[in-house]
Amino acid sequence: MKAWRTALTALLCAGLALALGAAMLALPGFAVRLPGQVAANLDDSGVAHPVTAVLLNFRGYDTLLEVAVLLLALLGVFALSLHGSGHARPSAPAHPVLQTLARLLAPLMVLVAGYLLWIGAHAPGGAFQAGAVLAAAGVLLRLAGLLPAWAQPGRLLRGGLALGLLVFLAVAAAALAQGSLLQYPLAYAGPLILLVEAGLTLSIGLTLAGLYLASAGWRQ
Amino acid sequence: MSAALLYALTGAALFAIGLAGLLLQPHLLRKILAFNILGSGVFLILVGLGQRDGTIDPVPQAMVLTGIVVAIAATALALALARQLLDLTGQMRLPEDRSDAEPVDD
Amino acid sequence: MTPALAFDLLLIAALLWSAARALTTADVFRAVVLFIVFGLLMALAWARLGAPDIALAEAAIGAGLTGALLLDAVGHLRAKQREPEQ
Repeated sequence: MKAWRTALTALLCAGLALALGAAMLALPGFAVRLPGQVAANLDDSGVAHPVTAVLLNFRGYDTLLEVAVLLLALLGVFALSLHGSGHARPSAPAHPVLQTLARLLAPLMVLVAGYLLWIGAHAPGGAFQAGAVLAAAGVLLRLAGLLPAWAQPGRLLRGGLALGLLVFLAVAAAALAQGSLLQYPLAYAGPLILLVEAGLTLSIGLTLAGLYLASAGWRQ
Repeated sequence: MSAALLYALTGAALFAIGLAGLLLQPHLLRKILAFNILGSGVFLILVGLGQRDGTIDPVPQAMVLTGIVVAIAATALALALARQLLDLTGQMRLPEDRSDAEPVDD
Repeated sequence: MTPALAFDLLLIAALLWSAARALTTADVFRAVVLFIVFGLLMALAWARLGAPDIALAEAAIGAGLTGALLLDAVGHLRAKQREPEQ
């Protein structure tokens, strides 16, 4: 019975893949040319890199909601780890080589994050990659035993976690006075996007690091 | 056939592999891995199909970038839930998948 | 067959293999390592698709941070299995 069900499930999944592939091969040409539209409006977006323009300007809603989702996920992890056995066990002292390496690498990673944030306006990079590098620095420090686990984030940390969303919301609301939500005024689009991205970098970095630090500190 | 379309077809295969793993694997950690592979398949389809004529399209690329960050948030939450289940029951399986193992009570 | 196409096919084969192995291999730790390999291969695929932004994010998030989270969960699972009931 069980083997029969397994075989049937695998068969259905394979059939689904074949149907999907056939549908893709049978697709007609494009009705709307999105790359052309992005290129045509790039000058009005405030940045020179198309992906950043889409993320922070043309489809800013997605990014705004995404940051909210990220924060909610972290709240969920916190709720679970507080509900669980709670107290963080101090991690075993790491090897001195790892500690020295982490001490050397962490400032460099912060520098790389700043570079990625800045370069995002006209080349691949931006808030997400910069935030990810910041979070990686946090994880590295935690692995080297140089950072305590987050059993209870303090007020400052909570502020940092919410900063990106708050800055983004404030900018979006300020643009509301001009006409519609998230429609930056042309002259200030570039600086506003950089401001939002700076807030996002900090918050995304803290949140991603927190997803690890909150659960890694939670041991019985 | 363009390379992008080739990757979109790979995405369909990855989607199916992930779906099969999600349905068939009883271990929750593997279900989370399967969910991530399934998501990667969807991302490949999204970008690959958008660029199937060979021009680079920043719109699906930006959406996938958002998607990757949401996927890790979901993964972290799922892992925290699975860990909670492990602490409570001693197993990383859902109750309906536990027919072959006796439940552990504290 | 052009070198680019050969590379694409090789990469696709490696992607499918690592995904399938990550879901079927018996050892959970090995499955997680295979998944990290899968994430790095995905980063290569994004670079091939002309999406360096996603490649950067995938390498840092998909392979790095997710890998750290999963390995930590495996460590927790193993610690739990070593001392089943306290």
